[in-house]
Amino acid sequence: MLGKLTWAAIPFDQPIPLFAAAFVGVIIFGVLVYVTLKGWVPYLWREWITSVDHKRIGVMYVLLAGVMLLRGFSDAIMMRSQQALAFQAPGYLPPEHYDQIFSAHGTLMIFFVAMPFVIGLMNIAVPLQLGVRDVTFPTLNSVSFWLTATGALLVNVSLVVGEFARTGWLAFPPLSELTYSPGVGVDYYLWSLQISGVGTLLTGVNFVTTILKLHAPGMTYMRMPIFCWTALASSLLIVAAFPILTATFAMLLLDRYLGFHFFTNEAGGNVMMYMNLIWVWGHPEVYILVLPAFGVFSEVVSTFSGKPLFGYRSMVLATMAICILSFMVWLHHFFTMGAGADVNAVFGIATMIIAVPTGVKVFNWLFTMFGGRIVYASPMLWAVGFMVTFVLGGMTGVLLAVPPADFVLHNSLFLVAHFHNVIIGGVLFGAFAGYNFWFPKAFGFRLHEGWGKAAFWCWLVGFYLAFVPLYVLGFMGMTRRMQHYDVPAWHPWLLIAALGAAVILAGICCQIAQLVVSVRHREELRDVTGDPWNGRSLEWSTASPPPAFNFAVLPQVEGRDAYWRAKQQGRLGDEPAAYEDIELPRNSATGFVCAFFATFMGFALIWHIWWLVAVSFVGAFATFVVFAWRDRTEELIPAAEVARIDRANRRARRVRPA
Amino acid sequence: MHRPIWRAMIVPGVLALAGCQPAIWDPQGPVGEAQLTILIDSLAIMLAIVLPTIAATLGFAWWYRATNVRAHRLPEFAESGQLELIVWAIPLLTIMLLGGVAWVSSHELDPSQPLVSKDKPLDVQVVSLDWKWLFIYPDQKVASVNRLVIPAGAPVHFSLTSASVMNAFFIPQLGSMIYTMNRMTTELNLSADGAGTYAGLSSHYSGDGFASMYFNVDAMPADRFTAWIDSVRGSGDALNAQTYAALAKQSVGVTPFTYRSVEPDLFHKIVTQVLPPGPGPVDEPSPGALRRAGG
Amino acid sequence: MSITLGIIDAPHAERMPASKRIIVGFGFWIFLLSDIVMFSAFFATFAVLSGETAGGPSGKDLFHLDIVAIETACLLLSSFTCGVAIIGARARNDLMYYGAMAATAVLGAAFLFLEAREFAGMVAQGAGPTRSAFLSAFFTLVGCHGLHVSLGMLWLLTMMAQVFAKGYRADIQRRVLCFSLFWHTLDIIWVALFSVVYLMGVAR
Repeated sequence: MLGKLTWAAIPFDQPIPLFAAAFVGVIIFGVLVYVTLKGWVPYLWREWITSVDHKRIGVMYVLLAGVMLLRGFSDAIMMRSQQALAFQAPGYLPPEHYDQIFSAHGTLMIFFVAMPFVIGLMNIAVPLQLGVRDVTFPTLNSVSFWLTATGALLVNVSLVVGEFARTGWLAFPPLSELTYSPGVGVDYYLWSLQISGVGTLLTGVNFVTTILKLHAPGMTYMRMPIFCWTALASSLLIVAAFPILTATFAMLLLDRYLGFHFFTNEAGGNVMMYMNLIWVWGHPEVYILVLPAFGVFSEVVSTFSGKPLFGYRSMVLATMAICILSFMVWLHHFFTMGAGADVNAVFGIATMIIAVPTGVKVFNWLFTMFGGRIVYASPMLWAVGFMVTFVLGGMTGVLLAVPPADFVLHNSLFLVAHFHNVIIGGVLFGAFAGYNFWFPKAFGFRLHEGWGKAAFWCWLVGFYLAFVPLYVLGFMGMTRRMQHYDVPAWHPWLLIAALGAAVILAGICCQIAQLVVSVRHREELRDVTGDPWNGRSLEWSTASPPPAFNFAVLPQVEGRDAYWRAKQQGRLGDEPAAYEDIELPRNSATGFVCAFFATFMGFALIWHIWWLVAVSFVGAFATFVVFAWRDRTEELIPAAEVARIDRANRRARRVRPA
Repeated sequence: MHRPIWRAMIVPGVLALAGCQPAIWDPQGPVGEAQLTILIDSLAIMLAIVLPTIAATLGFAWWYRATNVRAHRLPEFAESGQLELIVWAIPLLTIMLLGGVAWVSSHELDPSQPLVSKDKPLDVQVVSLDWKWLFIYPDQKVASVNRLVIPAGAPVHFSLTSASVMNAFFIPQLGSMIYTMNRMTTELNLSADGAGTYAGLSSHYSGDGFASMYFNVDAMPADRFTAWIDSVRGSGDALNAQTYAALAKQSVGVTPFTYRSVEPDLFHKIVTQVLPPGPGPVDEPSPGALRRAGG
Repeated sequence: MSITLGIIDAPHAERMPASKRIIVGFGFWIFLLSDIVMFSAFFATFAVLSGETAGGPSGKDLFHLDIVAIETACLLLSSFTCGVAIIGARARNDLMYYGAMAATAVLGAAFLFLEAREFAGMVAQGAGPTRSAFLSAFFTLVGCHGLHVSLGMLWLLTMMAQVFAKGYRADIQRRVLCFSLFWHTLDIIWVALFSVVYLMGVAR
C-alpha cells in the first residue's frame, strides 16, 4: 500500500535533522494558524496563490529563493563547522549525514535559490521594461512557479522522511546507481529536479516568446534594456539546455527503477556519457544564472551613475556571444578524464574565449561609471562589490581552464572557491542588487538603506574570509567534500573559513532585519512617484506597485532609456487622448492544483507507491482539461477604472521635485 | 627546468607555511614543477590585466561619487568606437597569449605522455576500490593496498581503473591527478625527484568512505625499492580471484598491507569485468543505520 | 500609465504586438524545439551505446524492416490527415475535422499497436531493455517517441471532445494548431529515428 515507505524512513536516531524539521514544522504550522486566524486565507488564495500576474509570481519566486537560501545556508554552516572540527577527529557529522548535507547544499543553492531568484527578478522586471501587460502565457507562468515550489518541497521532505542523496549535487553514476546508492536519497534528488526542471523549461519558453514577440510600440530589439537582452539569452539557454538535463535524469531513473544499463558498471553502461551529458547542461546553467545578473548590474550601474550604459552594442554582442559559447566548453569540467592533449587544449581555449565578452562587459560597466555622478544606494554597492569580486573569480576560472593547471587544482577547494566566487560574487550579488533595486517597484516602498548597507559589508567581508582560505587550501592539496582530514596545515585555514561563514550569517541577519524594519516603517519609506532611483527604463514610468495592467496605455518608445528621454523632454504629465477597457487573464488555480498533484506524484514515485502515481497523473491531466474547458478566460477592467488609477499616478509624479 | 625569478621569490615564502604537506606549491617531481610554473605564469599574465581593472574600478567608483565636486561629469558619454575597440582588444590579446600557453602546455604535460628519462619506467597498475587503493606491480608480480612505493628519481607509468565507482588518483606534490573509471583504463606518468614520503588521496568524491581514501607514497632509492619488493614477496597472501573478491567489499580505513603474489592479468580482468565490480553496500541501509566512524 | 513617448517617426520603429495566433504558435514551436533537443540527447546516447550489446543481440538480429515500414507509413499518413483536420477546423467543416481527426487517431493507434508488438516480441525473446546498454538506449529512444505519440493521442481525443463541446472558438482553434505542430514534429523525429536506429542498425 505504501511502497517502500515505513516508519524506518524517519530518522529517529538522528537528532539534527529531526530537530531542524520539527523547528521548521512548528514555524510553518504557526504561520498557517496565524494566517487562518487573521482571515487572510481568501486574500492569499485570490491575490497570490491563484494569481497569474507576472509581478506577483516574481515576488513569490524571490520569496521561495529567500527561504531556500536560509535552508541552504544552514547546510553551509554545518559543513564549515564540521570541517573546522574534523581535524584528526570525526567531527559531529558522520559521513552519511555530512554527504547528504553537501549534496543538498549544492542542489538547493543552484536549483532553488539562484534559479528562482533570477527567474523571479525576470518576472518582476521584464514585462515592465518591455512596456507590456504580462508575459505571453500567464497561466503557464504560474504553473512554472508552482512546479519549482514542488521541487523545493520534495527536497525538504527528504529531511524528515527518508534521506537525501549522498552523491554530490550532480549525482555522478555509478555512485548514484542502485548498486551503490540503494536508498531513496538519489530518487528524491532526481524527481524533485525533474519536476522543477519542467517548470524552469516552461519559464524559458515563456520568456523567449515574450521578449521576441511582445513589445510596446517602437520597442525594437536594439532599444530593449540590457536586462531584457540578458533575460532573453538566459531563456534561450534554458530552452536549449534543460531538456538535456531532463533526458539525462530520465536515463538515470530508468537505470534505477527498471534496471536499464545507461550508466551502470555492467552490461555496457558508460559513466563518461553521464559526465558529458550533465555538463552539456551544467555549463550553460552557469550562464543561465549569471547573464541576468549581468543584466541587473547593467541597469544598476547606469541608473546610479546617471548615465546611459556605455557600449550598448558591445553589451548586446557580448551577451549573445556568451550565450552561444557557453555550449562549447563543457569538457573543461573533466580535463582529468584523460581525453588527450588536443581535446583538452581546444576546450581550454574555448573556455578562455568566453572571458573575452565577459571582460568587455566589465570594461563597459567601468566606462559607464566614468564621468558619472555615482549615488551609493545599496544596489550600487552590490554592483561595485561585484565588479571587484567577479573579476577575481573570472581570473581563477580562466586559470582552471589551462588544462595542466587544472590537473592539480581540479576538484580541490580552489575549484570550490572559484565557483563560489562567481556564483556568490556574480549571481547572488546581482540578485541582491536587483532585490534592493526593484523592491520599491514591487511594493511601493523602499528597503531600509542602513540595514541594506550593513548586509552588503557583512556579505563582502564574510565572502572573502570564507573563500580566500579555500583558495589557499586548494593550493595545499585539499580536495573537496572531505568529512575529516589529518593534515595539520589545513586546520587554521578551515577555522578562518568557518569565521567567514559566521560573518555571512551576520549579513543574512541584517537582510532579515532590513526586511522587517522596512515593512514596519513602510510609510516613511513610501515611494509615491513610482520612480525612486531616477530610473531610465519603462518600469519606472508606472506606479509602484504597478496596477494589474501595468500600463494604462502602452507607451510609445522612440529610443533607448525610454523613460529617461520622456523625463528629459518634460513629457510626464500628458494624458492620453482616451482610455480604453483592458482585458487581463483571469486568475487560475491550475498552477497550484497541478503542483499539488505533482507533489504527490513525486513522493509516490520516490517511495514506489504506484496507485498514488496513477491517481496523481489522472489528477494533473484532469486539471489541465478543466483549465482548457473554461469559457471566460479574461477579465475586463473598465476604462473609467483605468483612468482613475492612471490619473492618480500621474498626479503623484508631477509633484515630484525635478 | 626553467624557473622565473619571481617564482624563486614566492616559493620559499609559502614553503615556510607548507612544511611537509601535500601542497602543490611545493612540488617534488618534474610534472608538478612544470605545472606550478604554468600556473604561476598564467596567473601573472592575468594579474597584469586584472589588477589594473580592479584599481580602475575602485578609482572610478571613488572619484565619480556624487559628492565629489572636483569630478568632471560626462553625463551623455555612452558611445566611443575607439574605446570599444580597445575594450574588445585587451581581453582578446590576453586570451590569445594565454591560449598559446594552454595549447603548448596541454601537449607537453599530457598525463599519458611518457616522461623523458634514460630509465625504463616502472609500471604500476592502480585500482580504486570502495574505499581503498590497490597498487599492482605487474613486472614484480606483487601488490600493495593503501601504500604506494616507488623508486625515487625514476619515471613511473600508472595504468588506472576503478572496480566500483569513479575516483581520482592524486599525489599533489608529484602533479597531475587523473580519474579512475570502471571498464576504462587511464594513463598517467609521474616521477619523484628525491626520496621521501608524499601524501596521496582520492580527489573525486566516491561515497561515505571517501575522506579515508588517502595513502602514503614512499619514494625510495633504487636499492631500497628492490629490497622492499623482495620483502613483500616473502610475506602476505596471494592476490587471486578469491582474495580480490574479499578486498572488493566495502571497507574504510584499511591499514596498508601487501600481497606476495598477483594472479597474472588480474588488472585486465578487473577492467574487462571478468572479475565483477565491487558489490556496493551489502545490506539495504535504512537511513542513518549505516554508521561508520570516519576517522 | 500613458506617457506619450513621442510620435513614431519612422515605420521601422513600429513594432506592434503580434496577433495571438502567431504568438501561441511561436511559443509552442519554441517548446517543440526544446523537445527536439531532448530527443537529440537520446539520439546521442543511442549513437554512443549502439555497439554496447554486452554479448546480446544487435539491431541486425532484432529489427524487422517490413513492420517498421508499415509503422512509418501509418505515421506519415497520419500527418497528412492531421493537416486535413486543421483545414477542416479552419473551414469549420465538421465532417472534415472529425473525420480527419478520427483517421489520425486510427493511424496513430495502429502505429502504437505495431510498436508495442515489436517491443513485446523483443522482450519475449530475452532482448528487453535490461539485456544490454544498446537495448536500453533503443527502448528509451523509440519508447520516448512512442510515449509522445501516446500523449498526442490523449491530446487528440481531448481536442475532438473540446470542439464537440465548445465549437470552433478562436482559443480552441489555436490549440488544434498546436496539436498539429506537435504531431508533425513527432513525424520529423520518427524520420530521423527510422534512419538512425533502424536503417543504420540493420546495415551495421
